[in-house]
Amino acid sequence: MSEKKLRMAKNAKLMIDILPDKCDFCGCCVGVCPDDAIELKEAEIYIIDERCTNCAKCVWSCPIEVIKFNKDGVYEK
Amino acid sequence: MKKNYDVIVVGAGPAGSMAARYAAVQGVSVLMLEKDRDVGYPVRCGEAISKAGVEEFIAPDEKFIASHVWNFSMTSPDGTEVTIPLEQEGYVLERRIFDYELAKSAANEGAEILTRAYVYDLILEDNRVAGVKYEYRGEKHEAYAKVVIAADGVESRVGRWAGLKTHIHFSDMECCVQYTVSNLKVDPNTVYFYFGSHVAPHGYFWVFSKGATTANIGLGISGTVGKKRSALSFLQEFMEKHHPEASVLTQIAGGVPCSITLEKISAPGIMLAGDAARQVNPLSGGGIASGMIGGSIAGRIAGESVKMNKPDHILSYDKAWADRLGKRHETFDRIKNGIYNFSDEKFNSIAHSFAKVSPDKRTLGNLFRTALFNNPSLLIDVAKVFLK
Ligand SMILES: Cc1cc2nc3c(=O)[nH]c(=O)nc-3n(C[C@H](O)[C@H](O)[C@H](O)COP(=O)(O)OP(=O)(O)OC[C@H]3O[C@@H](n4cnc5c(N)ncnc54)[C@H](O)[C@@H]3O)c2cc1C
Repeated sequence: MSEKKLRMAKNAKLMIDILPDKCDFCGCCVGVCPDDAIELKEAEIYIIDERCTNCAKCVWSCPIEVIKFNKDGVYEK
Repeated sequence: MKKNYDVIVVGAGPAGSMAARYAAVQGVSVLMLEKDRDVGYPVRCGEAISKAGVEEFIAPDEKFIASHVWNFSMTSPDGTEVTIPLEQEGYVLERRIFDYELAKSAANEGAEILTRAYVYDLILEDNRVAGVKYEYRGEKHEAYAKVVIAADGVESRVGRWAGLKTHIHFSDMECCVQYTVSNLKVDPNTVYFYFGSHVAPHGYFWVFSKGATTANIGLGISGTVGKKRSALSFLQEFMEKHHPEASVLTQIAGGVPCSITLEKISAPGIMLAGDAARQVNPLSGGGIASGMIGGSIAGRIAGESVKMNKPDHILSYDKAWADRLGKRHETFDRIKNGIYNFSDEKFNSIAHSFAKVSPDKRTLGNLFRTALFNNPSLLIDVAKVFLK
């Protein structure tokens, strides 16, 4: 799905999951998030549901593949 | 807990500590808040820096220097290695000690420091930033300040809450992963760089020695590449191929914003410094020295503004930074964009040309010149980069 289509999915279900057990809390995803939709504390991370537009920039920028599309998301490489 | 300060700094990295120190040294009250339990840890960094970059702020001390660097090695995609002696000494640091010493230098000027203090919002009054809201050991607190300096690193959320556009385009984000490994053989005085589409497309791969058997080994790739393949998969492949014997002591991830500085790094009541302002050298991805420079300018101007009782004085920070480094970073960014598009063949031909230069004539400047003389097409590329 293109970036644009994902954006149009605003208000759709949250399609992205962060796997907190595997996360390194490095902040890369937070830095690229255009909607300030990721909360990151010392060892705690979550997506702020009502802000996320499923734009997927966090998925692409995660260096260690711990942000993924969930079952509601479609991900084509 | 005290509720009023002249200056509040968010984040105790190199930029935050220098901001706190350069404000505190003027006798104004300073509070620095850090979300992690320890200053300097975890270390998300390759830890390479020039000697001059350190000396401007702190006397070099063996306790935070893991190795002294005298050589730069570059390996092209076909495996051709060229080694160049550096004209200036460099270091690979122990940042967990280095960052600690920087914070201590701020504390010694009178700055208060709180760790495990997570800033979750700003206090806004009359269209200006008037303080911060933070969680400290499970309790919520508010503190007011005449100036807030956001040195909160790559996340850069604090600036966003003040209405500044700080998020980084994902093609400018170098998405990195690094192992610190032991039981491998490296020259302790050399930093190694590897280029090419199979090791680190739109970025580079590094091996920074920390002594003869230990090194930081990592890479950065642009978020655009990350769409197809993660940084971690490149690192695993490299280790299997080149250092299967090494044991991994630490794995860290991290992002380096490699772009020009944000359009605005100050607004009423707030200044941004370090990665949060995008003060990283966009060509090398080095942000320790430039972050300390940005932080020190921000801290100095914040202190002056408090002492003169001129809130608007902080807006002079944008120009002061542009004159010191910001404009130079614009040139580096153009070169970076040129190099991004180099093919593997181009990296190979540069290495081949330079391998012909006699060892005593090898300097980084000469590498550039040789590349230009022997590859007229490259000259056009570099010219394009400079003229754009
Ligand atoms: C893998 C990797 C390798 C690198 N290698 C090099 C290198 O070899 N040489 C070099 O010069 N640079 C390197 N860099 C870049 C360098 O690490 C950074 O540019 C530098 O650390 C920036 O300093 P800073 O003070 O701006 O931010 P940081 O050092 O990131 O400090 C920001 C601090 O703010 C804290 N913080 C964030 N949000 C909050 C909040 N809401 N409340 C309270 N505290 C908060 C964070 O916990 C952190 O401690 C590398 C970066 C990475 C990721």
